[in-house]
Amino acid sequence: MKYMCLIYGEETKHPQAGTPEMAELMQGYMAFTKDIRENNVMVAGDPLEPVATATTVRLRGGKSETTDGPFAETKEQLGGYYILDCKDLDEALAYAARIPTAAFGSVEVRPIMVFD
Amino acid sequence: MTPASLERTRTAVQGIVREEWGRVLASLVGQLRDFALAEDVLQDAVVAALGHWPGDGVPAEPRAWLLLTARRKAIDRLRRDANFQAKSAELAVLRELDRQAGQDDVDETIADQRLRLIFTCCHPALAEAARVALTLRTLGGLATEEIARAFLVPEPTMAQRLTRAKRKIKAAGIPYQVPEPALWAERLGSVLAVIYLIFNEGYAATAGESPTRGALCREAIRLGRILVQLVPAEPEAAGLLALMLLHDSRRLARSDAQGDLITLEQQDRALWDRDLIAAGDRLLKGALARGSPGPYQIQAAISALHAQAPSIAATDWREITLLYGELHALQPSPVVRLNGAVALSFAEGAEAALPVLAELAVEGALVRYQPFHAAQADTLRRAGRKAAAAKAYRQALALTRNAAERRFLEGRLGDLLG
Repeated sequence: MKYMCLIYGEETKHPQAGTPEMAELMQGYMAFTKDIRENNVMVAGDPLEPVATATTVRLRGGKSETTDGPFAETKEQLGGYYILDCKDLDEALAYAARIPTAAFGSVEVRPIMVFD
Repeated sequence: MTPASLERTRTAVQGIVREEWGRVLASLVGQLRDFALAEDVLQDAVVAALGHWPGDGVPAEPRAWLLLTARRKAIDRLRRDANFQAKSAELAVLRELDRQAGQDDVDETIADQRLRLIFTCCHPALAEAARVALTLRTLGGLATEEIARAFLVPEPTMAQRLTRAKRKIKAAGIPYQVPEPALWAERLGSVLAVIYLIFNEGYAATAGESPTRGALCREAIRLGRILVQLVPAEPEAAGLLALMLLHDSRRLARSDAQGDLITLEQQDRALWDRDLIAAGDRLLKGALARGSPGPYQIQAAISALHAQAPSIAATDWREITLLYGELHALQPSPVVRLNGAVALSFAEGAEAALPVLAELAVEGALVRYQPFHAAQADTLRRAGRKAAAAKAYRQALALTRNAAERRFLEGRLGDLLG
């Protein structure tokens, strides 16, 4: 099954570029990504630009309404994702727990719908 | 057959079905890999059993009969399924199983299958209420309507809770397996917690007493026994079963004719069930001998010390105080500290416990917890602090919903003022 791991963290508390904390976090992500590639679990994965760059669109009564900002203001923001191909939820949860942001943010694990 | 004998057979059939439900369902889920389908076809097989057995007689191997019948129902359903192509692999496996069907595959694999089923039903990816309901439905074989009644929710609500849980198992890919060693401790903890929740739901004499609550205690004990058989090397599983048996030994003594709760201090100890106490003691000794104590074993040890004592005064309060200390080290909570303070008040005198109770009062976590105020009142009374005790009795009374408890506290308050 394919699972999407949605990575949430507080942008304001995120390490700044150029700091040793940021270097450590990046190394953690590189090591994790290398590992899931080698295990043939990785389908896709990307970091996202901060929520300040988000735009939300809704179609209401045939007219599109565009607003600045994310779908919902929350304490933790969606900062990136992985799509992993795992045998079951337990395997997906084990990988999700190793995503570096899981140590201080949260990772939501959602199965990707299959049409059969 | 006369209507009366037909009715008797029907009751007997229902008893057998209920006893075999968990085992057969576990085998079916293992073979079909589909929770909802397994339950549907087992239900079909049960309907067939209720139709055939009263007239034809109960088969020699009712479990095998149910499993084979359910499997054939599954073959029929899969054949009719619109996604026949996608399901053909499962169908081939089922046909093969059906061809070589014998007693072997019924008996051999069942223990392992039920363990998997417990872990699936108690998976932390399911909401706690859903874990409890699913465990009672699938392993206990309780009807949705019975579970709804025991938890005081409308039947459609319970049915929806079960449907959602089964849907999540399938859609989220919750595995049907015994967890890997890295996950074992967390997952076993969840299984034990679910069984203890079921027991406590039956044991707690909250407002809205219903006769099905005793059934929940029996069911939790039955599930506890199954678990101990399946994981004999886990002392906490035995500890939990011992704890439930020891608590249950006081069933007759702990409520009056109106169904109101009677506190440990007020109970007639002659009514305690000695057989259950002996069984709980044996289990606990075996568990403790493994040298890996945990919260359930410690709570069982405390319960066992109460069970051995002829009276409140002749209880080994020193040992109980130590055990609460150990429990608090493993599972810190204000309620454990409160219970430890009460034990201390009997071990070393009421004065000794007052500082702990004062700390708890300042922290405020137990401000709405009736037993805190009742314990504080009793300890202050025994320490001779009449005014403070009276104030605490009034606070306890304001939070008391139970009539026997109210009479008891009013009596104590009256003595204090009189």
